[in-house]
Amino acid sequence: MGQDKSLIIDGNEAVARIAHKTNEVIAIYPITPSSPMGELSDDWSSAGQKNIWGNIPEVIEMQSEGGAAGAVHGSLQAGALTTTFTSSQGLLLMIPNMYKIAGELTPAVIHVAARSLAAQALSIFGDHSDVMAIRQTGYGMLASGSVQEAMDMALISQAATLKTWIPIVHFFDGFRTSHELARVIDIDDSVIRAMIDEEDVVQFRARAMSPDRPVIRGTSQNPDVYFQARESVNPFYEAMPDIVQQTMDKFAELTGRQYRLFDYVGAEDAEQVILLMGSGAEAADETVESLLEAGEKVGIIKIRLYRPFTAQRLLKLIPRSCQAIAVLDRTKEPGADGEPLYKDVMTAMAEAVMRGDSDYKVLPRIAGGRYGLSSKEFTPGMIKAIFDELKSESPKSPFTIGIIDDVSHTHLEWDASFETSAVKKTTQCVFYGLGSDGTVSANKNTIKIIGEETDLQAQGYFVYDSKKAGAVTISHLRFGAEQIRSSYLIGAGQAQFVACHQDMLLDRFDMLEMAAPGAVFLLNSSAEQEEVWGSLPLNLQQQVIEKKLKFYAIDAYQVASDSGMGRRINTIMQTCFFAVSGILPGDEAIEKIKSAVEKSYGRKGRRIVDMNFRAIDNTLAAMYEVEVPERATGKIEKQQLIPDSAPKFVREVTARLIEGKGDLLPVSMLPNDGTWPTGTAIWEKRNIGPEIPVWDEELCIHCGKCPFVCPHAAIRSKVFPVDVLEDPPVSFKYVPVKGKEFPEGMQISYQVAPEDCTGCGICVEICPVRDKSRSSHKALNMRKQVPLKEQEIVNWDYFLTLPEYKRSDIRWRTMKGAMISQPLFEFSGACVGCGETPYIKLATQLFGDRMIVANATGCSSIYGGNLPTTPYSKDPQGRGPTWSNSLFEDNAEFGLGFRLAINAQKDHANNLIDTLSDDLDEDLVTGFKQADQSDEAGIYEQRQRVERLREQLQSMTGHEARALEGVADYLVKKSVWIIGGDGWAYDIGFGGLDHVMASGRDVNILVLDTEVYSNTGGQMSKATPKGAVAKFAAGGKTMKKKDLSMIAMAYENVYVAQVAFGAKDMQTLKAFMEAESYPGPSVIIAYSPCIAHGVDLAYNLQQQELALKSGHWNLFRYDPRRTEQGKNPLQLDSAKPSIPYVDFAKTEMRFSMLQRSQPDSSRELFGQAEKDAHERYEHYKKLSEITYENEDAAITSKEN
Amino acid sequence: MDMSTEYLGLKLKNPLVPSASPLSKNLDTAKKLEDAGASALVMYSLFEEEVREEDDLMDNYLYSQDIGHNEAHGYLPVSDNYQTKTDEYLAQIFSLKHALDIPVIASLNGVTVGGWVDHALEIQQAGADALELNVYYIAAEPDKSGREVESLYVDLLVEMRKHINIPLVMKLSPYFSSVAYMVRELQKHGVDGVSLFNRFYQPGIDLETLNIIPELSLSSSQESLLAMRWVGLLYGNVDISMAATGGIHTAEDALRMLMSGANVCHLCSVLLKNGPGYLAKILAEMESWMEAHEYESVSQLIGSASKLNAVEPAAFERCNYLQVLRSYQG
Repeated sequence: MGQDKSLIIDGNEAVARIAHKTNEVIAIYPITPSSPMGELSDDWSSAGQKNIWGNIPEVIEMQSEGGAAGAVHGSLQAGALTTTFTSSQGLLLMIPNMYKIAGELTPAVIHVAARSLAAQALSIFGDHSDVMAIRQTGYGMLASGSVQEAMDMALISQAATLKTWIPIVHFFDGFRTSHELARVIDIDDSVIRAMIDEEDVVQFRARAMSPDRPVIRGTSQNPDVYFQARESVNPFYEAMPDIVQQTMDKFAELTGRQYRLFDYVGAEDAEQVILLMGSGAEAADETVESLLEAGEKVGIIKIRLYRPFTAQRLLKLIPRSCQAIAVLDRTKEPGADGEPLYKDVMTAMAEAVMRGDSDYKVLPRIAGGRYGLSSKEFTPGMIKAIFDELKSESPKSPFTIGIIDDVSHTHLEWDASFETSAVKKTTQCVFYGLGSDGTVSANKNTIKIIGEETDLQAQGYFVYDSKKAGAVTISHLRFGAEQIRSSYLIGAGQAQFVACHQDMLLDRFDMLEMAAPGAVFLLNSSAEQEEVWGSLPLNLQQQVIEKKLKFYAIDAYQVASDSGMGRRINTIMQTCFFAVSGILPGDEAIEKIKSAVEKSYGRKGRRIVDMNFRAIDNTLAAMYEVEVPERATGKIEKQQLIPDSAPKFVREVTARLIEGKGDLLPVSMLPNDGTWPTGTAIWEKRNIGPEIPVWDEELCIHCGKCPFVCPHAAIRSKVFPVDVLEDPPVSFKYVPVKGKEFPEGMQISYQVAPEDCTGCGICVEICPVRDKSRSSHKALNMRKQVPLKEQEIVNWDYFLTLPEYKRSDIRWRTMKGAMISQPLFEFSGACVGCGETPYIKLATQLFGDRMIVANATGCSSIYGGNLPTTPYSKDPQGRGPTWSNSLFEDNAEFGLGFRLAINAQKDHANNLIDTLSDDLDEDLVTGFKQADQSDEAGIYEQRQRVERLREQLQSMTGHEARALEGVADYLVKKSVWIIGGDGWAYDIGFGGLDHVMASGRDVNILVLDTEVYSNTGGQMSKATPKGAVAKFAAGGKTMKKKDLSMIAMAYENVYVAQVAFGAKDMQTLKAFMEAESYPGPSVIIAYSPCIAHGVDLAYNLQQQELALKSGHWNLFRYDPRRTEQGKNPLQLDSAKPSIPYVDFAKTEMRFSMLQRSQPDSSRELFGQAEKDAHERYEHYKKLSEITYENEDAAITSKEN
Repeated sequence: MDMSTEYLGLKLKNPLVPSASPLSKNLDTAKKLEDAGASALVMYSLFEEEVREEDDLMDNYLYSQDIGHNEAHGYLPVSDNYQTKTDEYLAQIFSLKHALDIPVIASLNGVTVGGWVDHALEIQQAGADALELNVYYIAAEPDKSGREVESLYVDLLVEMRKHINIPLVMKLSPYFSSVAYMVRELQKHGVDGVSLFNRFYQPGIDLETLNIIPELSLSSSQESLLAMRWVGLLYGNVDISMAATGGIHTAEDALRMLMSGANVCHLCSVLLKNGPGYLAKILAEMESWMEAHEYESVSQLIGSASKLNAVEPAAFERCNYLQVLRSYQG
């Protein structure tokens, strides 16, 4: 085995390597956490990598997992070895085809990075909910528990399916295995060839459909034969376990790694046994080893082949001495009397006892437990707790482990401090950093260096928060001489090395809780050497002293800057790690870091390599050991995350989530139906903006552009009468508002939320006013946040106390007017400079107090609805957008459902008013009948009527009155918004979108068009433009972007607008107002610059302008109401393309990448794109010039 | 007519050499220049600043795509075939060398000593016949003396000379207290030639946005007089090659340059305006003029009206004075 090539890869890569080598067609759709498998396959095929038959597999991205499954089915039927990768809802969408594929005895493998299903909430993390939902399809199911196993089982499943004809779902735990970096032994092509029996392939092809030997498959069967035909496959399922075992044996002969359908680990005379599958079995394996050392009689069975389930084989493995069994499921079946694996084992055991062929004459104690849902930690302490529970006379069943269930009292207590002997045999390292500072990439690099260049085993696992801007990352790295089975995070007191790469995190996390006694603590601090100790919060100082930590510090940003690296500190901190961790000898480590840098950047970035080298050399001189005093004297207390003024729920629940202690919340504290309060983002102060805008009130012309473009609603304007100002803070700025539309004496203030601003600078960019004698000075200017912070916090708090301007008095059709309204979408976790959020924020300003949002899964559902805090908020009356995310694929239909429900309740209310009209004031009833809610004044009046109605209903008796109280609010116009990205609207949700547009119902559809799947990492969508490089379009997309507007306009009764807020703000405002007022379906397609474009979003607005000028994007509004007035419904709002397309394209890496990698093809594609842009413009122009004489007259064209 | 000349030790069939311009970006136009009679070609400049900017872009958008989000660790696939500006430049040297028979002179604009040397080494390796150092330096710091600025040039040259074997020519600006001294210093430290003078982009102001925008218009014949004076003054005082550049639009402009002492005349604006084929016209007109005036060779012409050999040498230095004097006398 000595010459075996070892690799440091994650589970996704391990599996994809095998899948790509053993298939001809790969049809996929991106979904976390399986997306990298498809992306890697596409990369490899693009680079010409071949499968074992010498062909390059065709990788195709489909419009949904349903589509992928259909393509897989077709490709298999027509005789190509075909695979796919998916997770969670994606797997559910494949179910219909899975029945077909299995029903037709078709060999194929689906590799699943197993993930939670969306129930009370979506979760991207790992458990077995998805794979447990396909048990009934007829697929075989094979589980793996580690990166090495995932690679091995990928091959075993591919070989076995070809032999058995039964398709297999090969699954491994999402994130824990799919994203864990580990050292694995590569499988050589010769082994793959030996494993795949060519005879099986020939047979598979022989059964494929071909007109040369025609058959019919997929018939429609009647009661006479369907049942029998369904039973005809039984022999295949009976034969399968043996074949899989033979395949495993053959694999063992070739590689030395022996697997069995079920693997027992533990004492021969074990008295307690746990059965489980997936990565949890690795932690259990490690725990058993320790418990055996301690003399315990325990064991585990790792379930590998779960379907077909061979009970006999399983039971044989349970030692006769066993008295109690726990069967663990990583899923939840509410209402069931146990989860699937438990019930399978229970049935098997009961049947065996019943038959009398078991060693047991009576059933042993069998308990069913749930663990690890949504990547919940599953630690040795928990595993030991289960063994301990099994020792009791009547072990709890069903039980849960890993949570505190104070509602149903299902949980077992566990000792969180219990650790296995593996902790002593491994070096554990924890790193706190930011997503943007390169900590994770440096750590990945470190693992590669150690894992590939030494004999040490290595493991890396990375935990992120859910923000896109200023995300915090915690890296968990383990190194050791022995195999690492610790499929759980490094625990408190276990880390021999703790690094803090950002001193701003010191008071947010209790990071030294992780440190083991005598560990090394490394801090990147901007403080002077003598002040570093004092910069630590008191609790950290105490831990440094108590645990006798060795404390090192460096000003990495200074070293980076001195070395020409700007603010990039990853290599510097990596060097520090090697220097103080002692994992490798100093010089050797430096040499290896340098060679890794060289490998990453190579010749393409010689200067970057040199800079890194310089930084590495400078690091050693700049790092120093901090002298630790005997007593902690720190003045800094751990930051109070949430002020006492926050609502109870926020203080008790949200606060725990923010501080990373959500795991400790008991069941009773959590909403049981997925309902959470809105308006919580305001409580999570993140201080991630190094600079914030400062208002020059004397220069400002009050145009309203800055609050309009702010992606995070961090700069606001408010107009208020001077007499409401009571004791304003000295530094609070306000001036008389300009404009005759405001009454005399009104004041205006522009105020920044200093701790919420991300510092993107777009507000300054859009500011149109410059100082006449100093052109660099605008009415807004970016200044360092730190010196301004305290003062502006006071100002911001004061600003919030000022009254909101009365909505019915606002002049909504002016930017200045609209922007004094309160945004009800604020401080989201979206990227710095996000191009989507300004549109959502605008909608909440215009309609927020009566808005109901259906949000497709994607970026907007993550920054819109990912805990701990969410950005949709409320006005002072407590009204605001109500928001929900159903699925990715059904959002349009979901939103249409909102409309139907609202109408039903509104109609019910109107009917009840009719019924009760004799008892109600006559003028009130007439008022309701004649209500005009077309503007804010009308809506205000209607709200007044509803209030009067409620008052009158109070004194009325009868069920009608009560019923009317329940639906009275629906008498006020509601605004239904269906929001999602282009992946939803153009691809997976298009069918539904199309149907909803055709329904004629009053819904507003906002398509945030980033022209790529942004949330899952830049995969091509049908909105991706020609010539742009994206995942699955590495050579530049050759097809045109789909013209969704044109499709929508074809219905003629749909309001359609294309907007780009940074290019023409008033047109955007107008389009939103018109769309919402249109009493039918409205679609706004909103151009949204995104980091996936490969552009600095500080230039967000410029990019929109360039897109417009080059004709890449057009602005127009199509309003069907205009035809009734004899006008052309289409108004073109942008001018003819005025700059060459390439002048836009070259400014964005998504295009310029192609210029640099395939210059000829880019010239060709950009040439076509330019032609397309001109033709598209001309086409729209012609359409907009058609004369509509009047409603009845024939339509004539100007040309005629 | 013997039109040949020698520049940087290279034997050239005539003195017309297109200077650094976009014309060398395209093989077809480069070929057209050669066909029109160009005796060598100075390539467009490789700007170290652009290379650095590109490095940073790649570092930001390709190599450091991870923003710390669970669902995405990158956005753009990184192509193995990615051609950097440097790759492209070196490939163009290679292509031009293969497509053309005339010498190819690369042009480099660096900002750091390391950058100059690294790129120069690559350029040398790629097969360039000579390297023009396009020193585009604006001495904007008030605390930097003229002496310090001069030593920047000299130090750079010394460093380059240590590593680079192909001929080096330095393209200078006219903004030296003593151009002549500067050129002598450079000669002393091993330069093979100088090119006089560099034309800078000048900042303009957009009156609407108040943004500063770079502006550069095509030259006119009038501008050639600046180079002519200095070439004329230097001829005979230095024994390195001299290229005249800036404002050479006609055969007459070129002939004057040669007479004042230039070994070659660089053409740029005139070719951008009239196309690469226009070089043939200038060359033909030069030949006819020389024939008509019974010259036998370009070498006869070079320096024939320099300060050293001119009828009125003082006019090179004091033409204003002379003109005033003559007006008075006249």
